[in-house]
Order: sequence, then structure tokens, then C-alpha cells
Amino acid sequence: MPLEAYIALSAVLFATGAAGVLLRRNPLVMFMAVELMLNAANLAFTAFARARNALDGQIFALFVVAVAAAEVVVGLAIIVAIFRRRASIDVDEISTLRG
Amino acid sequence: MEAALFWPLALVAIVAAVAVIAARNAVYSALFMVVVLFCLALLYLSLGAEFLAAVQIIIYAGAIMVLFLFVITLLNPQALPEQEHLPGQRWLGLPLLGLLVLALVAVVASAAWRPLPPSTLPANNIVAVGQAIFRSYLFPFEITSLLLLVAIVGAVVLAQRRA
Repeated sequence: MPLEAYIALSAVLFATGAAGVLLRRNPLVMFMAVELMLNAANLAFTAFARARNALDGQIFALFVVAVAAAEVVVGLAIIVAIFRRRASIDVDEISTLRG
Repeated sequence: MEAALFWPLALVAIVAAVAVIAARNAVYSALFMVVVLFCLALLYLSLGAEFLAAVQIIIYAGAIMVLFLFVITLLNPQALPEQEHLPGQRWLGLPLLGLLVLALVAVVASAAWRPLPPSTLPANNIVAVGQAIFRSYLFPFEITSLLLLVAIVGAVVLAQRRA
């Protein structure tokens, strides 16, 4: 397989994730779209690691997974906290962080 | 062998990724996301990243997506907006998106599509990754533990009910 095939798949997945963030207003779906973009980046890292025969890309992808886990935990906690206060999670209605 | 694995997986991953952002119900989005994650895990396997493939399934599909499903059911799907208001966002978002896709296509298409040479990565991926993490990447690895601790404390503080 050429390296470019993997990079093309990664680009398509990234663009799909970006589309989700731009075109959806449900914060949970937007979060999943962000995850999609992170996974696209991970695929590119792993493909480059294979092409260069160096492990560093794989290690970096592991760190991305750890950062994604931390990001999801804090982000979902914020969504739950906002939902408790407002009983609505439409992102356009939440334009201020003040409770 | 690799091509026979790549094209079906790529197709399924793209279709599932579109379904993630197109599904009306967030639960369906989460389930399609799991499909994408499994396809990527199989691609990692074919790229010789066995440890990353296992991490992808255990942490991403196992832990992160279950957390998503917990929050989706906790927030009660009926309370989520059925109709999404997009004042002007669609008209601004779509051209920007087209620009991004165009740029990505231009870059990928301009490259020379040559098959990858045979892999010379270490045969035992887990041993090699472990040695890399605990030797050259020890400091970033330790910083990750701090990051996860901050995330745990932050989640507890944000989610606790005020008495």
C-alpha cells in the first residue's frame, strides 16, 4: 500500500470531523466529531511511523489517546454541569460561562 | 494482502464517519463511532502497530465511548434539541469545509503514490514501544500522569452537586 492512501483516508476522516463540528449543534455529537479528527491525526502518525520505519509516530499516537481521554472527561463533565443548570445543551444558548 | 485489508476498511470507516455526524440520535452517533474506531484499530494492526491497536480498542472503544454513552443516556435523549438551529453557520461552514477538503486533496494528490518498502520496524512491537516510552519518552510519559490527575480532579469538581 502506498503511504498516500493512508494519508488520504486520514484527510477524509479529518474533513468529516471538521464538518461535524461546523454543521452540528449538539455538543455530544460535536465532541465525537473532535474525536474523529484526533483519530485521523493518529492514523497519519502511525502511517508515517511505518513509512519511516521509526516508532516515534506510534508513541506520539499513544500520547494523543491519553490527551483525548483527559479532554473527553473534562468536556463531558462541563456538559453535564451545564445541563443540570439549564436543562438544555444547545451550544448557541450557552454563550456565557457564568452560571 | 494489505490492499485487500485497506480498501474495505477505509470504505467502512468513511461511511461510518459520515453516519456519526449525520445521525439524528446521539446514541447512533456513538455506535457508528465505535465502528470507525474498530476499522482504525485493524488498520493499525496492518501498519505493524499492535500495541496501539490494542490501546485503541481497550481505551477508545472500551472506556471513552462507554463514557459517551453514559452521558448521552444521563442527559435523556428527549431533552436534546430535535431541530438544530443553524443561523448562517451552514452557509459559512460549507464553503470553509470545501476549502479544507480542496487543500487536503491537492496536497495528497500531488504526492508520488509508491508502495511502501517492507517494514523494518522491530518484530516485537510491545517490547519496542515499552522501551521507547520508558527510555526516550519517560518525561512526557510522566507528564501524562499529571494531565490525567488534573482531568480526574476537574471532572469531580465540575460534576459534584453544590450543597
